[in-house]
Amino acid sequence: MSNKMEIKNFSFTYKKAKAPSLHQVTLPIKANKVTAIIGPSGCGKSTLLRSMNRIHDLYPGNKYEGEILLYHEEKQPQNILDIKKENEFIELRQKVGMVFQKPTPFPMSIFDNIAYGLRLTGLKNRYKLHEQVEKALRDVALWDEVKDRLHDDARGLSGGQQQRLCIARVIALKPDVLLFDEPTSALDPLSTLAIEEMIFELKKNYTITIVTHNMQQASRVSEYTAFMYLGNLVEYDTTETIFIRPNKKQTEDYITGKFG
Amino acid sequence: MRLWVNKVAIILSTATALLGLLFLGWILFTLVIKGVSSLSPYIFTHDLINNGIRNLLWGQFVLAGLASIIGIPVGILAGIYLQEYGNHTRYANFIRDLSDVMMSAPSIVVGTFIYAVIVVPVGHTNGWAGIAALFVMMLPIVVRTTDDMLSLVPIELREAGIAIGAPKYHVIFHIILKAAKVGIMTGLILAFARIMGETAPLLYTSGSSIYMSSGLSETYPSMTVSIYNLATMPSEELVGLAWAAALILTLVVLVLNLLGRFLIKDKRL
Ligand SMILES: Nc1ncnc2c1ncn2[C@@H]1O[C@H](COP(=O)(O)OP(=O)(O)OP(=O)(O)O)[C@@H](O)[C@H]1O
Ligand SMILES: [Mg+2]
Repeated sequence: MSNKMEIKNFSFTYKKAKAPSLHQVTLPIKANKVTAIIGPSGCGKSTLLRSMNRIHDLYPGNKYEGEILLYHEEKQPQNILDIKKENEFIELRQKVGMVFQKPTPFPMSIFDNIAYGLRLTGLKNRYKLHEQVEKALRDVALWDEVKDRLHDDARGLSGGQQQRLCIARVIALKPDVLLFDEPTSALDPLSTLAIEEMIFELKKNYTITIVTHNMQQASRVSEYTAFMYLGNLVEYDTTETIFIRPNKKQTEDYITGKFG
Repeated sequence: MRLWVNKVAIILSTATALLGLLFLGWILFTLVIKGVSSLSPYIFTHDLINNGIRNLLWGQFVLAGLASIIGIPVGILAGIYLQEYGNHTRYANFIRDLSDVMMSAPSIVVGTFIYAVIVVPVGHTNGWAGIAALFVMMLPIVVRTTDDMLSLVPIELREAGIAIGAPKYHVIFHIILKAAKVGIMTGLILAFARIMGETAPLLYTSGSSIYMSSGLSETYPSMTVSIYNLATMPSEELVGLAWAAALILTLVVLVLNLLGRFLIKDKRL
């Protein structure tokens, strides 16, 4: 089983914070699998996820220590913490896409929401653009719902549709890794189900890391689970192990709802 | 007890609101009564020299329009800097405070300032000085509006743009500005309406002229300044013209304001 990313002795300190929010975290992200990150509020799940595409760097002054390796097919693995140049950041974020908790449709048409990122990569040909927009929308099972109103404002879609649009926007760029930060916590049960089914399809082609507060969701969609507590990685294992016979007492208490 | 206080508060606030409305109604009523009689197609096709207001209306629009053409882009860029690049830095906070102080500066002070730095060295009132004064009036409003409206755009939208590999400037100009578009547009219209109705900044700067302009480096026709001048003339006809001009100006400003409100209402999309 090969790794797509590897987080090694990784510590993270927010600007002006006295103590690090992540302490010496080490875990692999397996290729073409879903890894769930669980843990109580404030334990550093988002902080870890947001390090994996360096979106933290939107705000200067944070401190990274350790290594986060990204494996490429041909090239040598790259420590993404070494990235300093704007164009390298852009490359990284196109390889490691991110979907947020709240749907964030751009203030433009459904079509343009997806074409926006594609155009940034230099794709201008209208026929090809259309082809790729359609493919992305089909991949998130949204095409049939929106094909007749591609040029309507995306903010007119329902919350669940907006979230699928945001996912389509990311996968249109053909990233290697998808990061989801509580992607369904703002959605109703049906939309949640639709997204979970989609994740199931997507993992054939992508490596996925998902932060979730929903235990059932973690056990349904993931093959591996990492349990975090107070900025530390407590336990990482197959989802089965974590949920059925965890090695640490703390993990068991959390899974069974004794705290958190 | 609390009910009683509540009642008094409601009565007081309703009464003051009614008082305000009363005066507004009174002003509009007087304007219409006194202005309508002097209103005729003639005044729109003749300059003040021939007892018309064509040159004044034109002049006012040119002054406010040119001030906006310079003030809007400068103000928007400054607002973008404050909210998107410098936010929370000391320098940005300083500029923000300065801009707020400028916004509350009495307009006559702005007029006097431009008089000292432009009109005195040039030797006579001129259109550019009027534009400069209106520009100074408008700039802080545009900066403030842009700054405020951008601050309402959720941070997640910026992150989402960055997260699909867009450079920051691209996110700002293609996503964030679009999201704030309606609010900013509304602010711009209100800012324009504001400077359209200003007299004090123009009094010593553009002055006003009875002729169609002969260029911005000369004394320039201004509706508001002429209303001020005409209102105290001995001739009944000229005073009537001042009323008509005041009515038209009020209507222009009112329409601009309503347009602004309309946009606010339509904010959802
Ligand atoms: N911008 C910031 N500056 C300073 N500290 C921060 C910042 N963002 C988060 N933190 C702190 O870092 C720690 C981890 O926060 P993080 O958002 O990663 O938690 P989380 O596990 O995602 O929680 P939740 O489940 O509530 O989303 C918390 O103690 C939080 O207070
Ligand atoms: Mg979080």
